[in-house]
Amino acid sequence: MPNHRATTTREKPPREHSRRFGQSDLSRRRFLGYVVAGTSLIAAAEFTRESISDSVPNASAAAIPSTPQTPEIYDLSDAIRDAARPTANLIRVKVNRDNTVSFALPRSDNGQGIITSTQMIIAEEMNLDPDQVIVTLADARPELVFNQLTGGSTTTFSTYTPIRVAAAIAAGRLLDAAAAEMGQDKAVLTSRAGTITDTAGKALSFGDLTAKAAAPVTQAVQVALKDREKFTIIGKPRTKSDARDMVTGKKKFTTDLQIADALPTILCRAPDLNGYPRSVQNLDQVRTMPGITDVVKVEGGVAVRGNTYGQCIDAVNALKVTWANGTVHGADDASVLKELRAAELPLAAPKGPGSLEGDFVFYFRSNSSLETNCAIADVKANSATIWGPAKSPIAAQAEIAKKLGMPQNAVTFHVMQGGGSFGRKLFFDAAEEAALVSKAMGKPVKLMWSRSDDSRQGRVHPMATCRIRANVTADAVTSFEIRHTSVATEGNPGLSEPITAAANKAPLGNLGVAESLFELTQFTPYNFGASTRFLNEVDMGFNTSSMRNIYSPDVATARELMVDQIAAKLGTDPYVFRSEFAKQARFKAVLDRAAQEGDWGKSMADGTAQGIAMHVEYKGCAVCIVELDCTPATVNRKIRQARTGPRVTKVTYVVDAGLIINPRGYEAQMMGGINDGLAMTLTSSLHLDDGHFVEASWDNYFYTRQWNTPPEMNIVIMDSDAPEPGGAGEFGVAATCGAIACAYARATGKIPTYFPLDHKDPLPFTPYPTSPPIPPSPTNGLQTTF
Amino acid sequence: MPTHTFKLNGQQVSVDVEDDVHLLWVIRDLLKVTGPKYGCGINVCKACTSHINGKAFNPCSVQVKDIQPTDEVTTIEGLADTAPGGGLHPMQDAWIEKDVAQCGYCQPGQIMAAVAKVKQCKAEGRDVDDDAIEELRNICRCGTYNRIREAIKAGAENM
Ligand code: FES
Ligand code: FES
Repeated sequence: MPNHRATTTREKPPREHSRRFGQSDLSRRRFLGYVVAGTSLIAAAEFTRESISDSVPNASAAAIPSTPQTPEIYDLSDAIRDAARPTANLIRVKVNRDNTVSFALPRSDNGQGIITSTQMIIAEEMNLDPDQVIVTLADARPELVFNQLTGGSTTTFSTYTPIRVAAAIAAGRLLDAAAAEMGQDKAVLTSRAGTITDTAGKALSFGDLTAKAAAPVTQAVQVALKDREKFTIIGKPRTKSDARDMVTGKKKFTTDLQIADALPTILCRAPDLNGYPRSVQNLDQVRTMPGITDVVKVEGGVAVRGNTYGQCIDAVNALKVTWANGTVHGADDASVLKELRAAELPLAAPKGPGSLEGDFVFYFRSNSSLETNCAIADVKANSATIWGPAKSPIAAQAEIAKKLGMPQNAVTFHVMQGGGSFGRKLFFDAAEEAALVSKAMGKPVKLMWSRSDDSRQGRVHPMATCRIRANVTADAVTSFEIRHTSVATEGNPGLSEPITAAANKAPLGNLGVAESLFELTQFTPYNFGASTRFLNEVDMGFNTSSMRNIYSPDVATARELMVDQIAAKLGTDPYVFRSEFAKQARFKAVLDRAAQEGDWGKSMADGTAQGIAMHVEYKGCAVCIVELDCTPATVNRKIRQARTGPRVTKVTYVVDAGLIINPRGYEAQMMGGINDGLAMTLTSSLHLDDGHFVEASWDNYFYTRQWNTPPEMNIVIMDSDAPEPGGAGEFGVAATCGAIACAYARATGKIPTYFPLDHKDPLPFTPYPTSPPIPPSPTNGLQTTF
Repeated sequence: MPTHTFKLNGQQVSVDVEDDVHLLWVIRDLLKVTGPKYGCGINVCKACTSHINGKAFNPCSVQVKDIQPTDEVTTIEGLADTAPGGGLHPMQDAWIEKDVAQCGYCQPGQIMAAVAKVKQCKAEGRDVDDDAIEELRNICRCGTYNRIREAIKAGAENM
């Protein structure tokens, strides 16, 4: 093991004032928002239209946002005739009498830290301490249509400006109210931590002022936002606001909630993927088992409700069910690969002596989070209430209403913080199921998937092939073609919003969405002549979704392996080659920084190597350098119930991701992405066998563990001039995957052709039976204490 | 139905439940103490890690009948009270200081396992180094392992 170095983040040096400072002050953009009628101050902004003007001069050069003004062009008192409509699609910042500011975030937080970063954004604009901002997750709000989706690492990018607009309006109104109250010019007032003070030291709090700043009728107003040069909160590392709750057990996840009479409920599911029950032989007998209250056959299985989950599991395993075949009955990895091969699109550029070709297979991977799928449902005759983690609660609400035969507004969906998501919770399988089970039983249920169901029957990252042909001359690349062929990824109900969620169910309806997503996200960041990227998807009846991105990690792995081969053919070092062929100076800067930070080109022992890869997405650029140990002593080390294999001993991850709200949170997202990259490339996959996935738990499905994670990890967040934040949640994965694959090829001299690298090794476990479906809990736990 | 009694986070508790129900469900579903999480139910993920008489164990894999009235079970909710002073346990402080948790689901188990591992190392005269930490089997599906390492080392210094 090398010397261990702690993870480090280089904290950002104070920003240099840009030369454009004075000029940008004169041409600050002004944004449209609202003050909403009420007895306390409520400022709001639209999620969709954020800017009305790019070049209205700023009336005041003071630090404080200029007073919002009612634009003559837009008289909202006219518009208000249209009652609820004008303010329905607004996000609102409310100033409370207790001196706090509250905001309901129409997004889902599953560990990404967006609650904390949202507190920071609002606090920045209002000169508050982030602790004074209370951010909660909004219930499903159908009127927000496109805007209540958490996915594709887009949250901060898309919410940043609207939230600032609302906060800036609130700040300006409070200042106006204070000026009027104090009989002072507002230019002499200062606002800090919720208190506005005049030069004589007289002070009024936001709580005192909120009623006075409130609007009797809703008004549209314009506002300029705080200059980036004056930021004191955004860009400074901040610990998660709920860090304490998370380490004391206070944070409540869905199954921790105590909702009256919502008893534990688990489904008995089929041996086959998506099989369903035809008949149950012993319903009545199982109903009498200890602790069991209800047993009901439903769409996807047989639901069991009882006093404890343990008793539900015993009852599930006691059920005798006749099952119908599933959607991939009899299929296995080889048969799926055959279908993918048959669907592969041709490469266009002719193959010649200068051609380099690569053909890679990526097996199924599970996006199961540590919290299994879960939801609480209380379905009554004319209404339903659901609690659960959901990244697309509007779609969930609509779909559940439809299934229950109720109008959408009869369903209330309370969005809970999830125990991880990674793409799984873009869907709401458990919420839908819980609603149906509650309806069938006529009782509230706290439905949870067993781990084995979550692993075997839950959503997966699709199996895919990626083929690349590059035509290379003596000193250039004339073409670079990518053909990605994938098991279809189910149309994301939030991304395509409820209307298209329905359309996606039509045959081939998903093709357009997926293809455009591929084209929108996949980018070859090198000057490689004619560059084409095509996707073809085959719908084979799997439950799929993204897993910290759909295509990028696999495409990046294939692409970066080919880049190394091109570099080798041209006799160039992999880093130097990337640097020379990088499309933009910005990418080159990240490459250069990574090479320097990661000590690229240092001498490495036999059987070990460095690997480098670049990935451009989410309005940012990431470069990863890994050191990989493939020596037999490391590869063959033995750990009980574990995968070992090649070990990544060091990761250097350099990222330019635009404006960073919270570097500490951003670094955490990169760290998670890097550990996912290890799993995807080295150890984690599902094996399909006889119509079901073999892996039933974490002792079968080898997600990164302490003994796999890199002992050294250096994450560097580069200073960026980009005005807005880029993506975070998924951006650590793709470059890591590419770098590990390249390091493996360099360390072993073998270019891998499938991933993860150990997918075809003998299984280091005996698979759990598929029937009964849930592995019984051991009873020897007192012998494994330490 | 038999009555089972034991000490949970410093309080004697009694619960009427069948002998063979696993302790995790007794704690979570019946006693409503929800810090220990379900992640597998088969002693693999370690999300449910708690302490019995000061040692790490996994209540998903112990039947309630095997718990004695004098056994002291501590979950994350009771950890702070096992440390001197009125604040949190030093390991919890280290976790906050390093901003370890992402979704937080695994973290009660991580912290309980870490505390036990540090105590074990100290008792055996071993360093709390990477090798010791790599003996921990707790899954973090959010991938916070590297901050966990830092936090364990920092927390160990104050234990
Ligand atoms: S739930 Fe106890 S070890 Fe996983
Ligand atoms: S913080 Fe989410 S599983 Fe560890």
